[in-house]
Amino acid sequence: MKVLSHDPELCVGCYTCEEVCSETWFKLVDRSRSSIRIHDDGSGPLRAVFCVQCGECIAVCPTEAISQDRRGIVRVRKKLCVGCMSCVGFCPYDAMFYHEDQTEPYKCVACGKCVDPCPADALAILDEQVAQ
Amino acid sequence: MTENSREASSVLAKHTYTVSAVVRGYAGRTLYVNVGDGVIESKPVTQEMKDKFIGGRGFDLWLLWNGVADDTKWDDPENEIVISSGPCGGTTQYPGSGKSIVATVSPLTNVVIDSNAGGHFGPLLKFAGWDAVEVQGKADKDVIVVIDGTTGTVRIEVAPEDAPGDTHLLGRWLLDRYAADEEARRYTSSITAGTGSEHTRMGCLNFSLYDRKRQDLRYKQAGRGGIGTVLRDKRIKALVVRSRPVKGDSNAPADLGRISRTGAEMHREVREFDPIQNRMRSRGTSYLVQIMDDYDLLPVHNFRYGSHPDTPQINGDVWEARFTQGLPDGCWYGCTIACAHAVDGYEVKSGPHKGQIVIVDGPEYETIAAVGSNCGIFDPDVVLEINFYCDTYGIDTISFGTALGFVMECYEAGVLDTEKTGGLELSFGSADAALAVLHQMGQGEAFGEVVGLGIRGMKRYFVEQYDTDARFLQDIGMEAKGLEYSEYVTKESLAQQGGYGLTNKGPHHDEAWLIFMDLVNNQLPTFEDKAEALHYFPMWRTWFGLCGFCKLPWNDVVHPKNAQSAEPSKIPHHVQNYVEIFSGVTGREVTSQDLIDMAEGVYNFQRVFNIRLGYGLREHDAIPYRSVGPVTAEEYESRADRYDEQLRELLNLEPETMSTEEKMSALRVHRERQYELLIDAVYERRGWTADGVPTLSKLQSLGIDYPEVVAVVERHL
Repeated sequence: MKVLSHDPELCVGCYTCEEVCSETWFKLVDRSRSSIRIHDDGSGPLRAVFCVQCGECIAVCPTEAISQDRRGIVRVRKKLCVGCMSCVGFCPYDAMFYHEDQTEPYKCVACGKCVDPCPADALAILDEQVAQ
Repeated sequence: MTENSREASSVLAKHTYTVSAVVRGYAGRTLYVNVGDGVIESKPVTQEMKDKFIGGRGFDLWLLWNGVADDTKWDDPENEIVISSGPCGGTTQYPGSGKSIVATVSPLTNVVIDSNAGGHFGPLLKFAGWDAVEVQGKADKDVIVVIDGTTGTVRIEVAPEDAPGDTHLLGRWLLDRYAADEEARRYTSSITAGTGSEHTRMGCLNFSLYDRKRQDLRYKQAGRGGIGTVLRDKRIKALVVRSRPVKGDSNAPADLGRISRTGAEMHREVREFDPIQNRMRSRGTSYLVQIMDDYDLLPVHNFRYGSHPDTPQINGDVWEARFTQGLPDGCWYGCTIACAHAVDGYEVKSGPHKGQIVIVDGPEYETIAAVGSNCGIFDPDVVLEINFYCDTYGIDTISFGTALGFVMECYEAGVLDTEKTGGLELSFGSADAALAVLHQMGQGEAFGEVVGLGIRGMKRYFVEQYDTDARFLQDIGMEAKGLEYSEYVTKESLAQQGGYGLTNKGPHHDEAWLIFMDLVNNQLPTFEDKAEALHYFPMWRTWFGLCGFCKLPWNDVVHPKNAQSAEPSKIPHHVQNYVEIFSGVTGREVTSQDLIDMAEGVYNFQRVFNIRLGYGLREHDAIPYRSVGPVTAEEYESRADRYDEQLRELLNLEPETMSTEEKMSALRVHRERQYELLIDAVYERRGWTADGVPTLSKLQSLGIDYPEVVAVVERHL
């Protein structure tokens, strides 16, 4: 399975990835709608939060709206989702996001759109074992 | 809904309507259905109703008040069953936001009973366009009321003769009939009772939910007070509702972001702390069994004792192993507390459904304690079997277990014998006899018919038929107002004696649960403290039922920071969550005090309603001595050290110089006096007269001084 990978040593905190992500999926440059979030707590390397496709959220979902596709990517099917936020609260990585304007949560599906625009080459799509 | 099913049905009455969108938690109208004369009407929800009665139980009471007369009895045609969820019901983002609340005039108490249930009916009813449904009248044949929010129709149909009687079959039959495909099943819910509801006074309602993971039906019960009995007396086989698909904004909250934010934070709290606190997600309320036993509070042998060496055989560890794990067992979407566990693949061992493989919903704490320890039954298979049959027969597990405990004590005390029970040896622990009684109740035959009267009915029957000592029966019969006690031993907690006795509907824990505050943590040392708690908590717990909330997410998972709050017992950070959700749904900005004020109006209205029906006064708040102190010498001696010390310390007596009878008598005088003093203090705090009547100034301050309400009260001032 291919997943997104972030190298904190290379990341410069420009937030380009957040902007690209939101534009890709919501047609809006709005970082609060991004499925990758860069955190800077001021005491060390920047930290990126995004889905690692662990699938913990699948069992929590009461409507079977979350499943893994053939590539192993965890996806939320909007048609089945009732917006209950269970997956948001139960994600061990806090990587299931929601926006206050919409009912369904969203997450990184390892589409890789953020990789090339990253000016620091801090992002990559890698095989899961390599990424770990 | 298929064309074929419609054609196959005999439609007695039909009403069409436009399904309007929900606005800020309200559909804006209620549905009236008379199964006697076929009248189906829409009624507007007024601003006054929203302001004063909020929704849920408040709407139930208001509609019921206007539907019945002063002398309405439970089986009169004008009695109604009213069901409503409330403005927050159907919220998917916050745990426990899908409750339905039901009210009717009870066959057990003759006053208003309110009872709540999970399942999908209440929220789907709202999404089908109705804030409440009010059913009145009596049909002359079995009928099914169908509320279809996808077509905008309400129909009263004749129930075909091949429709099953018991819920686990009837629910499936209804689903096959009214929900043709998987998507329709998801948004269809039914309310059914069962054959036991037809033959007993303690019938319950089963609210269905379609479990997507199991692809099967689950049921949650509105158990208390015999509402299932009323349903079947009206010859209603089922109420069925179907709505359009549910989404995260189906309840149309004023501020979706506020709801989502509050819900997501609460889910995180559940994820982090439930595994190290009560483990509701893996064993539900069964965790309480061992704790209650450890504190001598678990009903054993008709509430004589509070613990038993065999309790580990039915405690939470046992149920954790039996419940199917890893499924999102909420009874409405988004409940991550997920206490609604089930035993899958259970093979029924007795009775008319023997050999069937079924899902058993539960058992929850109350059921385990009622039909288990209280009856001396410590076999989990028997508890499961009784749980299954109570549900499918439509019999309240609490009333059944508490009533059976009473019967078993009567049997052991010689009030009953095998001649009177039809050959059943009903001593404590007699599992086969317990199941035999239950099956008789399901069929309405033999001794089961007597047990089905409930404890108050049985007391009367035993005195009339067997010339039994009425005082003994009054002392050991664990009922008040006619309702069987739920499952906590209250002898050592005066506050919880009031928590059970000073209620509107009868002794049920959803008004006040003060045992730990009072007995274990000693937070209520004075009468004033107890009275304040018996004001605040009943109002607070009433508020949940106005809005469609479950109480468990309030206090069964708690952030550790709560310990540092000013009033940990109130769990202020969770109270604030409810302020956020209520304000976020309705757009009505409220404070935590506003929530109490809302509930106080409805609570007092219900008290006046009881007075209107001929009850609701001080004499009706009396409780059996078994809930206050030891009735028998055996009971006294079992905890002699405790009672002797109290005689010494509280009454300056010398127990070593007294006989057991003398000690019991002295203790009884003291404890009964304490309860009377508690009543005085609570009534004063609640703004009631010494006879338990809300004063005019109280009604005025609450804004419920309607002429018809004042007229009821004035007769008693």
